[in-house]
Amino acid sequence: MSTLKRYQFPALIIALILLAAMPADLTGLGIPWTGFKRYGLYIISLWLVTAIAAMGVNLIMGYAGQETLAQAAFLGIGAYTMALLTTKLGVPYFVAFAAAGALCFVVGILLGFPALRVQKHYLAFVTLAFAVFVWLFIRNEQWLTGGVFGIQDVPRPVIFGIKTRPPLVFYWFVLFMTVVLAAVMWWLLRSPWGRAFTALRENPVRAESLGIDVRSYKLLAFAVGSAYGGFAGALYAPLVEFIDPAPFALGPSLYYLLMILVGGMGYFLGPFVGAAVGVLIPEWLRFTEGLAPIIFAVIVMIMVALAPRGILGLIEQLLTPKRRPHSDVTGPTLGAGATLTKSSAEKVTS
Amino acid sequence: MSATARVSADGKGKPVLEVRDIAKSFGGVHAVRGVSFDVFEGEILGLIGPNGSGKSTLFNCILGQLTPTRGTVSVDGQAVTGLRPSELNHKGISRTFQLLQVFPQLTVHENLILAGQEHRGTMFSRLFMPGDAGLGGEADRMINFFRLGHLRDEKAGGLSYGQQKLLDAAMAFMAGPRLVLLDEPAGGVNLTMLGALKERLQAVNRETGATFVVIEHNMEFVMSLCTRIIVLAEGQIIAEGPPETIRSNPDVIEAYLGH
Amino acid sequence: MTDFLQLVISGLATGAIYALAAIGFTLLWQTTQTINFAQGEFMMLPAFFALAAMRWAGAPFWLACIVAILCSVLVLGIGYKKIIIDPLRGQPGLAVVISTLALAIFLKDSVKDIYSAEAQPFPTILPDTMLSFGGVNISLAQIGVLVVATVVILVLNWFLTQTRTGRQMQATAQNPTVAKILGVDIDRMVLYTFLINAALAGMASLLISPIYLAKFSNGEVLGLAAFVAAIVGGFNQVRGAIVGGLVIGVVDNLAAAYVSTAYRQAVPLVLLVLVILFRPQGILGRKEERTV
Repeated sequence: MSTLKRYQFPALIIALILLAAMPADLTGLGIPWTGFKRYGLYIISLWLVTAIAAMGVNLIMGYAGQETLAQAAFLGIGAYTMALLTTKLGVPYFVAFAAAGALCFVVGILLGFPALRVQKHYLAFVTLAFAVFVWLFIRNEQWLTGGVFGIQDVPRPVIFGIKTRPPLVFYWFVLFMTVVLAAVMWWLLRSPWGRAFTALRENPVRAESLGIDVRSYKLLAFAVGSAYGGFAGALYAPLVEFIDPAPFALGPSLYYLLMILVGGMGYFLGPFVGAAVGVLIPEWLRFTEGLAPIIFAVIVMIMVALAPRGILGLIEQLLTPKRRPHSDVTGPTLGAGATLTKSSAEKVTS
Repeated sequence: MSATARVSADGKGKPVLEVRDIAKSFGGVHAVRGVSFDVFEGEILGLIGPNGSGKSTLFNCILGQLTPTRGTVSVDGQAVTGLRPSELNHKGISRTFQLLQVFPQLTVHENLILAGQEHRGTMFSRLFMPGDAGLGGEADRMINFFRLGHLRDEKAGGLSYGQQKLLDAAMAFMAGPRLVLLDEPAGGVNLTMLGALKERLQAVNRETGATFVVIEHNMEFVMSLCTRIIVLAEGQIIAEGPPETIRSNPDVIEAYLGH
Repeated sequence: MTDFLQLVISGLATGAIYALAAIGFTLLWQTTQTINFAQGEFMMLPAFFALAAMRWAGAPFWLACIVAILCSVLVLGIGYKKIIIDPLRGQPGLAVVISTLALAIFLKDSVKDIYSAEAQPFPTILPDTMLSFGGVNISLAQIGVLVVATVVILVLNWFLTQTRTGRQMQATAQNPTVAKILGVDIDRMVLYTFLINAALAGMASLLISPIYLAKFSNGEVLGLAAFVAAIVGGFNQVRGAIVGGLVIGVVDNLAAAYVSTAYRQAVPLVLLVLVILFRPQGILGRKEERTV
């Protein structure tokens, strides 16, 4: 990671300036660039919203080593919370935004608590069931969610007197919120919690023996990651202005896992790269008429086998010079590889 | 590291760990058949026995990794049977594993901070602590104590086997434990490192007064490290005493050499 | 009461089909510690092999069924093992989860693009003639399904417990290290497990498609039913998968009749959550030693 780390901060600043300026009309500044049209702005905003939800999945999977198959469902909970609170009750935007995240956090705790008591993969099953259930609920409870007709005219917020109605302004708003949420995630991962998450992914048995309450940390990672889904949903609803059940079904939930893998699991920027691939590839492959999911699936299957650390992992591999391992005088060269975790876990039960 | 040296109890005084009639069977196989012993404050107790004698199973029963079929374990007179490993750790019991268990993606320094951070504040307050949970200096002291100073910022996965073994042991002491259970600390370590490891373990024992229980196959190592030795064979204790008497005990020799 | 009995019997018929898929799922889990998230698609695809054989090669139904099972064993057994699972050896379990999720999308969209997005009618093995037993109406087709599924399960059970190869497979599933020492050809046993899973999924596909119609998106519902069946029954037991399958089939059918159709799909999921809450090892499962 060290090679990437060195360039991380300046690259981030440049990237942010570019991201803020790129979609804008710069001809007024003497730069021959007319910026993005409405659709381009929609796509790039969608990319950021997807990346926020993917950041949550990355926390759950990439850092804490759990499996969630319900991120789109959490996105849905966030989006409907936002839509209902603002259209029906006239709640201020940021109150609704906080409510969306908080609700997903609580649901995450309630869902994860029974699942994480048991075995590996049970969280995956419970979230799978939950994703289906949420979708059924949104589709069937017409009195609340509007059923298949959805909820229309979700308002875009007015912030300090600035109307975010125009697509470019709303994009800037989404960009700002993304930066805030990314900063919070960064801080979380730098705190002792982040280290505990890494520990329970790499070697839960050893982590437990060091006094790390593995169950509680898993639960917290899942709940916080799910809350990011809720936050993303709270941005998604005003972005599309009309929400219906389709984007929150099981299928889209599964896509998040694939995006994280492609981007680079456990890399901070992995969700952004993964979401770019997940959002843009279908756009580029529009001409193939329905082949996009197949191509995406094939890319994922190839990458799992050949480059399991994703695009960022590949880049890191290219940038990192090969190094010799340390050796003491005549020590056996048994490196502690990824296999260690497994064999030691077996040892404990034998 | 607090340097309050305590006098070794030499089998007298209050027991830190009391193991009573622990038994564990897997299906029909009785791996441990009712083992009882005490471990006293400040001593280094060796637990030896031929392969399959039930040492590791006993260890895992004491440490909450396995649930014993019967029997109790107490620490300072308080029953701890059935507690989860993390709960035991918070009661001042620390351990190492037979196979290397460091976190390869974290640096040496981070490994040590990790080993101590859960003893700082509450889970909630740790979220708002600095990244090193205020343990940076403590970790550095531990690194220097175990002579890993030059490797401070290396990923643990890149260290040699012996160096990882030292780190593994160092991690067990980060939380200032009262009782440390070491599962084959010398396993796979070459001769050069072996001396350093033994000397450092004895130094920690002297300086912190922590009590050790050591499982070991390397007889030379265990005889020179430990103050008292218990020999296990076929899930039962067959001998107990200071190293020199164990060395000449005919039952022990028979258990090792068989018929 | 007769309505109820009728629902139970037709539920048992679908449940027996779920059981087939759940058994394959459980066998794969035991032997390779991998979870196949494309199992639903494995139950969707073979019906299309049969349809393709009939439509494009003009094969009669019975021949199409044989072709479907053979293709299934070839593609979903050998192909799945060699192309998807083998390259992931040594990687953490998450890799297989992600790869099989991608595989599910691949199979689903391929069938949609290559064959059709429309639900296809699928012939039954026995005609839909209604028989009446003391007021309880059961179709011949349902009896056919029950008989075929029962025979398959009995044959499989006989194979696993009575033949040398079957016992070697079970030894491999329970403790590969010991099995290897005893001279069992582990790799071969693992391959057999994949073949059996594919054949079971193929059978399930041919039996379920007349009921649900053959559609590219069937995998989601079927896969979920198979998962739930495996977990409810007890993840580490073949017997559990059978019981789980039957339970899910019956519960699903009763839910369709007595609960609103809108939430029919949710009923097995509620059952799943209840089992995880109160009997996490499943109805027949054994408790596993705590590792963490």
